[in-house]
Amino acid sequence: MERDDVIEYSLDTHHDEAHGKKLRKKIWQVTAILTVITAFEVGTGIVFKQSSEYWQVIKWMFICLTLVKAAYIVLVFMHLGDEKKTLKYIILVPYFIFVLYLIFISLWEGKAIDAALKLYGA
Amino acid sequence: MAGHATNQIDASSLWGGKVSPFSTSYGKLMMWFFLVSDALTFGGLLIAYGFTRHDAQISWPIGEETFNSLPFLGHGYPLIYVALMTFILIVSSVTMVLAVEAGHRMDRKGVTKWMIATIIGGFFFLGSQAWEWSHFIHGSEYGKVELADGSKATVSGHSFENFTVTKSGHDFKKGTYETEELLHDFHHAILAGKVKDNTFTTHGGAVVKLNSKVDEHFKLIIKEPGSKFSKVGKAIFGAEANKLYYEAINSGTKNRVTYGANLTSNEYGPAQYGQFFFFITGFHGFHVFSGVMINIIIFFGVLRGVYHKRGHYEMVEKTGLYWHFVDLVWVFVFTFFYLV
Repeated sequence: MERDDVIEYSLDTHHDEAHGKKLRKKIWQVTAILTVITAFEVGTGIVFKQSSEYWQVIKWMFICLTLVKAAYIVLVFMHLGDEKKTLKYIILVPYFIFVLYLIFISLWEGKAIDAALKLYGA
Repeated sequence: MAGHATNQIDASSLWGGKVSPFSTSYGKLMMWFFLVSDALTFGGLLIAYGFTRHDAQISWPIGEETFNSLPFLGHGYPLIYVALMTFILIVSSVTMVLAVEAGHRMDRKGVTKWMIATIIGGFFFLGSQAWEWSHFIHGSEYGKVELADGSKATVSGHSFENFTVTKSGHDFKKGTYETEELLHDFHHAILAGKVKDNTFTTHGGAVVKLNSKVDEHFKLIIKEPGSKFSKVGKAIFGAEANKLYYEAINSGTKNRVTYGANLTSNEYGPAQYGQFFFFITGFHGFHVFSGVMINIIIFFGVLRGVYHKRGHYEMVEKTGLYWHFVDLVWVFVFTFFYLV
């Protein structure tokens, strides 16, 4: 069976050497960013212990840096940033709605159970 | 029939008319849908981990205390090993995106080269994870100890010097042995409650005495409260720590010390911690494994020139999506299991 749809749209994505050079430069830039962020996270993790008074700040910084890393991977490495806007948001928006809801409901419930166990015993 | 369309629709604006939704091929779109569902699975698992952590009644393990070893170099390197694993996976993600880029230029040699690099990176990661699991399962030299008052403490520092065999058996002859050589037998004897005055008998009948020294850096950290040490996180140092530790291992009761991890208990923290560790990193490792297998299959396709003949390397792009996703998941596992 002829797969005409596949061939048409894949051909669209071809590029020449000059454009390739630009893309590769971007790829190496992102590599450097991801590596530096990871090294920074590990360094901070070693210096600041969880008993540190700054821990809350550091914890949220780790989570934000993770989201930055994730954004680079999804938008650049997975080329979601180059896809049509509609596709991009069809992938991202439902996911974030579900996951944020799940995080909210689970952690809230987890804390409530924790409080109940502390009050009435395990 | 109610009526006919008054305007004839241009064939090229129909799906069957060589136009795909979002100008993306069917295969790529379906890969994205699959990845969204898989991301929800991992999201669910990590959130379940968070839920359990929030209502755990005993203190949760700390990443840099639990994972502080390197192969061949021993302890004292917090998080370095996982950082290395993360780096390996990021690099293999980079080589994959370079393979995709080469594919867009119809550069068959380039695709071949970068696919090989990606597969090697994948195997390296799997090997690292195997070591990590083995280390996690076997545990530390000193384990988690239940003290006389019922509290439980983790141990750090150094106190075992070496072993002296005072009576030969058929496994060990008289003489002095390095700690590693007899540690396994020693742990067994401790678990069975058969150590008296730091002395035990091996399976082969050798009588062995542990030589220890009091080190001021030897430290017990209370993880579960008891009647005397009721504050979690309290640290006991030096001579007192030594006394409490040896009191426990010489008590003659079974299972006073926990070594490593299994599905029912572990030396690092609550049982659920070990369960989540095995399940989430295992499920991720399984994804890496299948990713490597898919990469190998596609790599053979590249070698045979299948995609070159087809006129495009979209198959490499689609496996690439999966491979990047595996890296993406690890970024989150790294943060929530090791960092915070």
